[in-house]
This record gives sequence, C-alpha cells and structure tokens, in this order.
Amino acid sequence: MTKSIVVEGLGRRFGDFVAVRDVSFHVQKGEIFGYLGANGAGKSTTIRMLSGLLAPSSGHARVAGHDISKAPDKVKASIGYMSQKFSLYLDLTVRENLEFFGGIYGRWGRALDRRVEETLESIGMRELASTSTAALPGGLRQRLALGSALFHQPPIVFLDEPTAGVDPASRREFWKLIRGISSAGTTVFVTTHYMDEAEYCARIGLMVAGTLVALDTPAALKKQWVPGRILRLEGQGLVRALPAVRGLGGVVEAQSFGNGVHVRFDPARTGDEAIVASVRALPAVAVHSVEAVEANLEDVFLAAADAKAEKAIRGAA
Amino acid sequence: MTASTTSRALSIETSAIGRDFGSGKTLNRAVGALSLEIPHGELFGLIGPDGAGKTTLLRMMAGLLPPTRGTVRVEGFDPFGKEADHARDVVGLVPQEHSLYGDLTVGENLDFFADLYGLDGEELRTRRERLMSITRLGTFLDRRAAQLSGGMYKKLAVACALLHQPDVLLLDEPTNGVDPPSRRELWELLYEFVDQGMTIVVTTPYMDEATRCHRVALMDRGEIIAMDAPERLVASLDAAVLEVSLASVPNARERATALVESSELVIASAPLGASLRVVVESRNEAALAKALEGLGTLSRTAPSFEDLFLTAIARREKTAATKEAA
Ligand SMILES: Nc1ncnc2c1ncn2[C@@H]1O[C@H](COP(=O)(O)OP(=O)(O)OP(=O)(O)O)[C@@H](O)[C@H]1O
Ligand SMILES: [Mg+2]
Repeated sequence: MTKSIVVEGLGRRFGDFVAVRDVSFHVQKGEIFGYLGANGAGKSTTIRMLSGLLAPSSGHARVAGHDISKAPDKVKASIGYMSQKFSLYLDLTVRENLEFFGGIYGRWGRALDRRVEETLESIGMRELASTSTAALPGGLRQRLALGSALFHQPPIVFLDEPTAGVDPASRREFWKLIRGISSAGTTVFVTTHYMDEAEYCARIGLMVAGTLVALDTPAALKKQWVPGRILRLEGQGLVRALPAVRGLGGVVEAQSFGNGVHVRFDPARTGDEAIVASVRALPAVAVHSVEAVEANLEDVFLAAADAKAEKAIRGAA
Repeated sequence: MTASTTSRALSIETSAIGRDFGSGKTLNRAVGALSLEIPHGELFGLIGPDGAGKTTLLRMMAGLLPPTRGTVRVEGFDPFGKEADHARDVVGLVPQEHSLYGDLTVGENLDFFADLYGLDGEELRTRRERLMSITRLGTFLDRRAAQLSGGMYKKLAVACALLHQPDVLLLDEPTNGVDPPSRRELWELLYEFVDQGMTIVVTTPYMDEATRCHRVALMDRGEIIAMDAPERLVASLDAAVLEVSLASVPNARERATALVESSELVIASAPLGASLRVVVESRNEAALAKALEGLGTLSRTAPSFEDLFLTAIARREKTAATKEAA
C-alpha cells in the first residue's frame, strides 16, 4: 500500500505554548483517518500544517509526496481542505461558489463547466445549482463546502469538523459521500466530535493536549482503553446513584449516557446478575431494563484523556 | 424572581405563535402556529432538522423577533407588549453564533460580560470558577479569544452567557464543536440550574443530548410533529429497529451495507461495531430479511432516540413527496 501522508516528529509552538508536540503517524492511500481529541488538543493546528498553511516549528511531513516545509505550494495544490470555519460565499449561488473555486485552481471555459456539473452531480446538488448559498440549510452548505474542497480532484482531503451542528439525517448523507470518495481512492483525513462518526474511520489517532496518545482501529482502541464488560441500565434514580454504583465491588466505571447509565465492570470479579442486584438494592433506585452494550469511542476518549492527565500529574510530582 | 411571577405555574406559554419571512411567492412559514406550555424548572428540548424553525421560535421567546401571529408569555410577561422590559429581565438567550471580543483575553471577555450583567461578589467568583473548570479554559485566561481553538471559543461564549442566571435560559445549539467531556459537564450544570428552578429551552443536533431533556418537541418545517418525554417518544416508535448479524461470506459487510443503503425498504441505517443497524417499517421486515438472505440475518434491537428522529423525518419527507407528485 502507498502512503499518502507521512508525519515524523511534527510540532508547533505559539510563543512558548506547545500546541502540537512530536507527532508521528502515516495514512494510507484511500484510508479514512479520524483525528480525535478534546477542544484545543491540536487537531486543527496539525491539519493546517499538513495542508501547507502553517509552518511547523519542528519535525517533517510529506503529503502526497511533497515536503510540507520545502514545498507548501505543491502541497496546497494536491490537497482539498475544508476548514472548521465557514468558507463559502453566502451571496453567491451554489454554482457560482463552485465556479469561484474552479477559478482559483486555474480552470476555465468548457473544462470548468464540465467539472462544475460533475461536482454538482457527485454531491447530489444539481437541482440546487441556482439557489443562493445563504438560503441553504447547514447540512447542504457543508455538502457544498465538500464539493468545493474536492473540485480540483485532489488525492487527499482534510475535513476539519465537517459536520459540526448538522442534524443526524444530513450527517449520514454526508458520510455516504465521504465513504464514496474514499472507496474511489481519495485519502480522507477528518476530525469530528461525534463519536458515532468516528466509527466510520478505518483508524483513529487520539490527541491529548498536543500529543498523539493512541492510534489504532476503533475496535482495537476500545479493547485496549476500555476493557471489561458494560451494562446499560435504564430506570429511575440511576444518575443520582452513580457515586454509589461506582463504589460497588468489581465496578471499574459508571457514567450517565442519554437517559440511562453505563456500568463497566471486571468480569473476573463480578457478573451481570450481581451488578444488577446490587444496583437495585440501592435506595431510591428502580431498574427497568438491562442490556449489555459495546464500549463506545466516547469511553475511549474519556479513558485516554484521564490516563494522560494522570501521567502529567505523576510526571510533575 | 419578581413576586408576580412566582405564583404562575407556567414559565413559558405560546399560543398559536408563528412567524413568516418574505411574502407572496417567496413566503416562508418558518414557524407555523405553535402552542407550548413549559412549566418552571423544565429542561425542554427543541429537536429537528435544519430549517425546522427552532432558532426562529427561540428568538420570539426571547423578545428579539416579533411573531407574525399568536402570542408568547415569559414568566407571565409579553415581550412585545407593555411589559417588554420585565420580560427582557427574566430571559436570557445564548445565540448559536456569538461574538466575543477577539482581541480581548479569555479573562477580559469574562470581566466584560460580568460588568454588562452588573454582576460582582462571591457568587460571581464561584460561578466563574465552576465555568472555567467545566470548559477547561482556566489555564488559558491570558490567551486572546481570537487565538482559541474553535471549540474553546464556543465554550468561552457559552460561559460568558452563563455568568448570569436568568429565570428562563434559551440556548441555541450550545454544544456544537464542543468535545464530549465538556458536553457532559455542561449538561450536569444545566441539570443543577433546573433543580434550582430555572427553566431551560435548548436546541441541539446531538441525539444523546435530546434524551437528556425532560421533554422534547420534535420539529420539522415550522411544525411540532411530536412532543413528550424522550423515553416515551422512543417507546412509541412503531418501526422495526434491527441488527444485521453478518454471514461469514466474503465482503459480507460491504455488500450488506451497499444493499441496505440503496434499498427502498430501509428508513435509516448505520454501522454498529462490526455489524449494521437498520430501521424499516414493520411491514417491510420480512422483505428486508429476504433481500439480505445469504449476507446476514436480522434480529430486533432496542430503538434509540436517533432511530425515532430519522423515522419521523423520513416519513414526513415521504408524505411531502407524494403530496407534491399528486
Ligand atoms: N495563533 C495562535 N496563537 C496562540 N495559540 C494558538 C494559536 N492558534 C492555535 N493556538 C492554540 O493551540 C491549541 C490547539 O488549537 P487547535 O485549533 O489545533 O485545537 P483543536 O484540536 O482543533 O480544537 P477544537 O476541537 O476546539 O477545534 C489551542 O490551545 C489554541 O488556543
Ligand atoms: Mg479545530
């Protein structure tokens, strides 16, 4: 397999603040690579460096075969970039926005027209071509922004929180497009705060305070960071009882999730029935339903952030 | 709270409220005619796709946008009548797009908003500390707002707005771009607020947050299509939510995904760990099982709020499409 992105010891400081510290990884051609982390973890800063928009303070990276420090312009020409901030012209129509991007990449005349039509088709917005961008709902604006990023048919796209604020139905449509371009061979580097979207990624890199603390498939991350068995309980008084639940023998962790709670325990020390019985025995608690669930990536996220914080504290002591 | 308001049972009451934009051919009924009764201390969610009218409704409740028809009362006051000032005193809106002062630091922005709301003293200090711990911005007090990451900026904006505690708090997508740990803690704070009697109306694109509300209104194109406690809405879902257990044949997952995603029978689908999760109308369950023969088998699984949302919206779209065709 060919490597689309190769990152070695990449770092970036702002004054004496280290936003990205010694990050190394690589991404395969056509892979959907997810980059997760808390707010301020350094995701956008990494993306801006890999897009040739921000010079690194240390380390190296090659993107589509070009060195980001030595040939940032070549990098820019061979990637698509969808920024976390809104990047379309609201007073232009859908078609005009695409034409504008085409102009930036030096397309004109019939080649431009053809590519505009192709792009409209691929993002499913042909019927909306003459609509004013301002009138589009958020989900469609994001699709248009994706179309603009893909306009010059780059082998790699960087999508920085492409679905922030988008409703579930539109997010699924958006991810169908992403999976489509990935299976057509385009490398997708994406950040998101929706953990269900992270499940679509072949591999995930997890950033904590500027450092890459884990990198693996979603399944492997769950196994490594969230071992044990998880029961989802629904009923009454459960959220208030969480501190008591956390104190039960064999319980590793208990968290509220939607309108229920997730209790993770060590199956070598206790079992489903014992857990449910002890929770039921707590005062003012009623359990209406019990279901075994898979760990989700939010659990991984929380566990990894905790471990890093612990290490930092221990390191300082 | 003022004396005249404590005796009232309802915190927010709208009666056939609606708002149009444009006119003639381009008339857009952003909000139809909605009647809502939200009691004190309720955490009420407005959930719906883009363009459902959630922001328009919030802005009318806040007294920022006059309705085309109908009325609204907040703590008994009409924000568009003689009592507009009273209404404005009890309600706070946190808009979706905030503007902070980019060249002020995090700390200076907080000071600015505290001054604006006329806050000081011990209470302000504790609240401010709490907000800094939830947002994890406490170590960045000297950083200019313009240099914050996207999510940090959003969290600072929400924190500034939450410095003061109005009787009625309206939050328009407060957690877009906010990371999971902070989202969780922000919701814990909202629970504390409502426990103290505050009324909160919130919009969110996160379905896990929808289920954290006491009650939600599912909105689409200016109408409320369902309104109840989230768990009751989920329990009322009459579609079949299925898990596909994949057969051990080559590329089972890819083939099943392709089939499910292009099938007319399917309302919604998503990957579920190594398998797939699918929602279909109950009458289509057998047909889908047949279509998937050899690739996987179906079993029913517990529906989620997202299943409910996707089904409700898909059905509306189908009806709209048939109407248009007729
Ligand atoms: N120009 C700058 N000057 C100073 N600090 C900066 C600058 N740009 C970014 N930072 C800091 O670098 C850190 C990483 O920011 P970045 O935007 O990469 O985060 P992120 O992981 O994308 O977060 P989010 O999820 O909120 O988008 C933050 O602490 C941010 O404030
Ligand atoms: Mg970012």
